[in-house]
Amino acid sequence: MTIVRHRKILFTLAALITAAAIGAIAYFGLPLSIEFTGGSLVEVAYEGERPDLATIKEQVDAAGFSDTVVRESGENGVLLKTHTLSPEEHTRLLIALDKGAGTTTELRFNSIGPSLGAELMSKALWALAAVILAIVLYIAWAFRRVSRPVSSWVYGATVVLILFHDVLVSAGLYAFWAHLTGAQVDSLFVVAILAILGYSVNDTIVIFDRVRENLKKNDELNVAEPFEEVVGRSVMETLTRSINTSVTTSLALIALLIVGSPATFNFALVLLVGVVVGTYSSILVAAPLLIPLAKVFKQKPKKD
Amino acid sequence: MNSGIARILPALLVLLVSGLLAWFVLSTNAPDSPYRVKLGLDLAGGTELVYRADTAGVPGDTQGALNSLRDVIDRRVNLFGVAEPVVQLEKGSAVAGNSEDRLLVELPGVTDVEAAVAAIGATPVLEFKLGNLEAGTSTEAFTPTGLTGRYLKNAELVFNQGMGAAGEPTVLLNFNDEGAELFETITTEHTGEVLGIFLDGEPISVPVIREPIPGGTATISGGFTPTEARDLVRSLNFGALPVPIELVSSNSVGPTLGAAAFDAGLIAGLIGFAFVALFMTLWYRLPGLVASVALVVYIIVNLAIIKFIPVTLTASGIAGLILSIGMAVDANVLIFERMKEELKGGKGVREALTIGFGRAWPAIRDGHLTMILSSIILFWLGTSIVQGFALVFGFGVIVSLITAVSVTRVFLKAILPEDMQGASRTLLSSGFTLKP
Repeated sequence: MTIVRHRKILFTLAALITAAAIGAIAYFGLPLSIEFTGGSLVEVAYEGERPDLATIKEQVDAAGFSDTVVRESGENGVLLKTHTLSPEEHTRLLIALDKGAGTTTELRFNSIGPSLGAELMSKALWALAAVILAIVLYIAWAFRRVSRPVSSWVYGATVVLILFHDVLVSAGLYAFWAHLTGAQVDSLFVVAILAILGYSVNDTIVIFDRVRENLKKNDELNVAEPFEEVVGRSVMETLTRSINTSVTTSLALIALLIVGSPATFNFALVLLVGVVVGTYSSILVAAPLLIPLAKVFKQKPKKD
Repeated sequence: MNSGIARILPALLVLLVSGLLAWFVLSTNAPDSPYRVKLGLDLAGGTELVYRADTAGVPGDTQGALNSLRDVIDRRVNLFGVAEPVVQLEKGSAVAGNSEDRLLVELPGVTDVEAAVAAIGATPVLEFKLGNLEAGTSTEAFTPTGLTGRYLKNAELVFNQGMGAAGEPTVLLNFNDEGAELFETITTEHTGEVLGIFLDGEPISVPVIREPIPGGTATISGGFTPTEARDLVRSLNFGALPVPIELVSSNSVGPTLGAAAFDAGLIAGLIGFAFVALFMTLWYRLPGLVASVALVVYIIVNLAIIKFIPVTLTASGIAGLILSIGMAVDANVLIFERMKEELKGGKGVREALTIGFGRAWPAIRDGHLTMILSSIILFWLGTSIVQGFALVFGFGVIVSLITAVSVTRVFLKAILPEDMQGASRTLLSSGFTLKP
């Protein structure tokens, strides 16, 4: 009941966190990877000691690739990001890297044309829109029989509101992370966001499901329990489940984060943040939010 | 007694089937097994090339031209000596308003992008162009005759015995009937002019036409070394491409990076499973242990599906599998929490089990449905990285619906006693604080 009683503080906190996340996205930005912008990515490992990044940058500049960004990768490797390279340019770049500081082995080469990148971008946006639409339709259907004391679309609107909160906060933290580490928004990030959407909705629905069930039970038993108390009771009844599921999912993600492939590190990180955010928002914000909304959008009981 | 057998039999059956599947998974790891795990290029190492096929200049049967393009590239890739290459046609995404045709080439084990691109794309386009010597040999000074590599029947390598340096390697071009006719017409009408032979726009030989040449053969003797001449003959024989292609994306991963990614994924999966199983067993005790066994069944079934279909496993696919291990027990958590409530309400153990499953079902169904829906959308719209995730995750969600619900129920029915006293009560409680 504590949760429901202190809801005003919780709402304020959620609003502040969301504002901070939006601020982070606006301030740091979400840098797009070459998958979406087009360009080339070259990762090489030096056999001996890695030369200074500045030295490498000079070498690369001298070879005519002045738009290249050079970053460390692993213990003795570097990651270079530049415009879309033709096979000849690629060879020239590798030769330039080999100069001076000993031999390199190429670990990875990605190159994506600008038009293909633009297409992937629009695909990703379509996927996001399609998933959100499917979720909204699904909620409208799942809660179609709940109409008292709030109409079913209030549940739906709350779920979508929470969904935006979860995605914004995850993306905001990622913007900060990207600022610190040079991480980028790639298609795996989009997958992670979509997975967070699914997780967030699932988590919220389980609680709302319990509210729905308890309302029905009260109706059948003719118990006049205030809506506020029904919501509070439902949150408490589903609390263990909410926390345990996020614990098991987090455990799997932590394993992926710590020992998994570097290719999926950022993916696991975004998801882990999303799971934590999705869990607190559904328990602490989504359910309590039903109470003020119920007051505003109260439906009069039908007279039969 | 009979009811006892009826309780235990399904559990034994599940164990038997799981055992068989486990045997299938473990016995098919040999390199020559048809059911060994197919690793994506990001794990096995290799090169993926995406070409845009420019069909604008292809009259008539575009699909036919694209199919023969695929066949030509397929032959070249095989010539390159790659094990299990993939060459397939793709359409650009319709939602992007961009329906261009693409050719996807996957070369496992090949990390030398340049050599691969050279073998596939940089095939000479053979053209015969007319010009005069005064204007020099720059490409602009020549006018196309319409005679191209398309009219070529084959090319062969001969060593010139007649005029010029003896034993000089010479490429002999044999035209088809149409080409022979065209060649004869050109040489008849333009006797005395220069007929340049161009390879990829570069003149390789600019002989003067001395007399009409019937019979449909021409020779190129451009001062080749024997190796150059042999390569040219090979390229010409595999034909100029029926559709011009342009490389739009290339992706190559070295074998060490790929192998490390695979091992890391495997270890992460094992540790993730151990964490989840440990947590479930500590918190939910006996049912938690049963859920962990169901999780083993879940992993076995998933691996069997991945091997059997087969699903090409990528780093993102492994991530999807690990994520689904964490989420697969959600159904168990829902069920066990409900069971606990019913037990508190004074119900018998088996009754609580039945009611718990029934009450938890709507939430389980809703959650799984949304996730299956998301997987379908991802697979439908995604790129290969996204699809690798969506496929494994989608199968995982469907399988977890079976294992977390049915398999757990069958096992619990088999081992739970009817009454809860003493030990069994402790085994069925949950959490870290016990209320007596």
